[in-house]
Amino acid sequence: MEVTQTWYLVLSAVLFTIGTIGLLTRRNPLVMFMCIELMLNAVNISFVSFSKALNDIAGQTAVFFVLVVAAAEVVVGLSIVVALLRRRPTATADDLVQLKG
Amino acid sequence: MVEAAWLIPAFPLAGFLFLMAFGRRLGEPVAGWVATAAVGGSFLSTVTVFLGLLAEEPDDRFFIQTIFTWVPSGSFRVDLGFLVDPLSITMCLFITGVGTLIHLYSVGYMHGDANFSKFFIYLNLFAFSMLMLVLGDNLLITFLGWEGVGACSYLLISFWFTSKENASAGKKAFVTNRVGDFGFMLGTFVVFGAIGSIRYADILTSEFSSGIATAAVLLFLVAATGKSAQIPLFVWLPDAMAGPTPVSALIHAATMVTSGVYLLVRLNPILAQADPWSTAAIAWVGALTALVAALAAVVQTDIKKVLAYSTVSQLGYLFLAIGVGGYVPAIFHMVTHAFFKALLFLGSGSVIHGLHDEQDMRRMGGLTKFMPITAGTFIVGWLAIAGVPPFAGFWSKDEILLYAWNESPVLWAIGLVTAILTAFYMTRQVVLTFFGRTRFFDPHQEEIDAAFSQAIVGAEAGVAEAQEALAKAEQDMAKADDDVAKKQLALASATESLTEAKANVAASSPDADGHAKLVKALDKADKALPKAVSALEKSQAKLAEATQAHAEAIESIDLARDDVRTAAASVASAPRAPQHVTALTPAVDVSDFADQLPDSYAHRQEYHPHESPWTMTAPLVALAGLAAAGGLLNLPFTKDLHFLANWLEPTLFGNEVHVTAGASTKIVLALIATACAIGAIAVSLGVYLKGKADPAAIERPELALAVDYDRALAAVMGGPGNETFERASWFDRTYVDGAVNGVALVTSRLGRYSQSFQTGFVRSYAFGIVAGSAAVVLWFLSRLVLS
Repeated sequence: MEVTQTWYLVLSAVLFTIGTIGLLTRRNPLVMFMCIELMLNAVNISFVSFSKALNDIAGQTAVFFVLVVAAAEVVVGLSIVVALLRRRPTATADDLVQLKG
Repeated sequence: MVEAAWLIPAFPLAGFLFLMAFGRRLGEPVAGWVATAAVGGSFLSTVTVFLGLLAEEPDDRFFIQTIFTWVPSGSFRVDLGFLVDPLSITMCLFITGVGTLIHLYSVGYMHGDANFSKFFIYLNLFAFSMLMLVLGDNLLITFLGWEGVGACSYLLISFWFTSKENASAGKKAFVTNRVGDFGFMLGTFVVFGAIGSIRYADILTSEFSSGIATAAVLLFLVAATGKSAQIPLFVWLPDAMAGPTPVSALIHAATMVTSGVYLLVRLNPILAQADPWSTAAIAWVGALTALVAALAAVVQTDIKKVLAYSTVSQLGYLFLAIGVGGYVPAIFHMVTHAFFKALLFLGSGSVIHGLHDEQDMRRMGGLTKFMPITAGTFIVGWLAIAGVPPFAGFWSKDEILLYAWNESPVLWAIGLVTAILTAFYMTRQVVLTFFGRTRFFDPHQEEIDAAFSQAIVGAEAGVAEAQEALAKAEQDMAKADDDVAKKQLALASATESLTEAKANVAASSPDADGHAKLVKALDKADKALPKAVSALEKSQAKLAEATQAHAEAIESIDLARDDVRTAAASVASAPRAPQHVTALTPAVDVSDFADQLPDSYAHRQEYHPHESPWTMTAPLVALAGLAAAGGLLNLPFTKDLHFLANWLEPTLFGNEVHVTAGASTKIVLALIATACAIGAIAVSLGVYLKGKADPAAIERPELALAVDYDRALAAVMGGPGNETFERASWFDRTYVDGAVNGVALVTSRLGRYSQSFQTGFVRSYAFGIVAGSAAVVLWFLSRLVLS
């Protein structure tokens, strides 16, 4: 059985949906981060698969950008989460409402 | 040398800025010297530019010096630039020349004032604004100076702002001038709309349709009536005398009030293209103002008010000259008027200074011996303004009358009547101030009244005392009355009991048991009766006494009231200080009540009127020289002696009216004018110096039409006018502000509402993003499907 591009795209869609539902339903900030990562990487998969199919290197370049941005976002986000958890060890994402001005 | 033009306004500006920074620290008198030096420097620059201009050919005397472009806006451009030509430099010469003298004078006049340096800050700012006004190369710069001098005028009129009168005089001047300013702005818009430029260089060479030119002339006439105090906007100038006298001299006689004249002369090509009736309007406004103000000046008693109305009147002369096309006479008379009116104002300031702030001419007189320099220079100013040859005013006034004759004999007649009145009231002023008996030491009416009102106060106290006594007597009488009634009752009951006892005794048989008792009671009652009678008699006597006392009290009250009446009558018959005085009017005899006069009277006897310091007399002497010789500027004899006319010729573009009258007519007119002036002086001397006629017959209140107009205007503006403005203000607050505030309210409500979306819950934001992207995807899908 040949693995066609459709497979990759279906995988990408499934992962993205899982990430989205996870993001919307879970309250643990760490899990939410993981979900975001899942969504980003789902997009990366589609990028790579399209890049291969269209024989265009630009798609893979975009993946690198996504990776770098994701890393930066995790740094900022995690530091906020760590600061929050230090104050309230049982904190959930909803407790970020405290940051509201 | 013409390039030095920018220095002319730069000097006063520098002086202003310097004094703003250091004026308070420099204090008196250094701040004053700095300010004087600044204007003096400006005068020297003007002379330099003047010489440079003189070196050019007459037709090349037109330079524009641009400092920078102020308003670049597409094809429309306004420069901060100076227009140097004979007209503007003539203005600058006398503004800075007379200005320097007045600055110098102020150093002496403002001596000891708490805000000494502030005064000079304002003066320098004024000089700067005035120079911008005349030097500007476009209407906007002129307007800048126009507003600047208005603001300085406001600041300086209400310089002693702690008095309410001064403060409101300043406001009156400012507000009245604003009415004129709107004419200036609209005029500028009309010019811009017609030719798309407001530079004089363009305006002076452009063709206007006669409708546009007429509209512009009328609008600029409105502007000029405000600044130059003409009918209907002259009312602020007499009130402006509330300011320090150097201000009256500099701003309200010599310079600022001439800016309307300058503007109209500057715009002479527009005047030439306008319908003739619009320039006739200028002439009539001027002629009527001249006449009305001169009439009002005859009845004034305040030394500065006379000069104020005189200024309004002379400015009317200038308008008359412009209206009949005599631009050169207008400028000529403006310059000579600046000389002699500044001289007269400064002289009156010197008098006020020497008499310890006394401004009422009825309390002056005979000051020649106390202040000879002031008197001598003032007399020169008087001869100049009265039109006595060969003083400056004669030449310039005569030119105006000639041009008026050229236009219409009616205008000439009005001008001549004004000239007669001018000679009359100025003679009156000089005689009342400097000649005759020194009335300064005479008792004032308030002082006499104060002395007499003391008697009334004493008599009134007597009445109060008598009234008190009467009240007491009434009480006593009532009491005695009561007593008598009581005693009468007692007597009646005693009589009754006696009768009863007698009956009892008669009824009982002598042998009965109680008989002895009854006889005893009868005996007792018999004895009580005389007692009661005597008590009644006593109290009746008391009542008679009290009644007597009451009658006496009433009598004494009548006497006290008589005393009051006598005192009041004596106040009514108290000597009155004369309302209308001449040099011969005797002083009020105060020997009967001298000891009752208030202290102010005694203090005044010890005060010595004195001549002013040299800083004040030196400018007087210089101005007197100019007022005497100012006619040399433009002698009428030969064409070569028309210095001013030849000099101004290139700026007038041939718009000067040509006088058709022959030499003989000119001479006859001049002779008539001179004879009238001298006749008026003689009449005035007869009345005021020799006492040949009652001044009350001349100083009729009906003459003060100008004052009545002022009052009527105030009544209208204070009543219905004020109401209208209140309503407009209400409309503004309710609807205009309401619209603005409504927009703000809607915005803030929207903000408050949308705030509720910002919950701070991360997941609801995420949901928003997801829902949004889903909606976008659905939109594209639907587009795909539908296509």
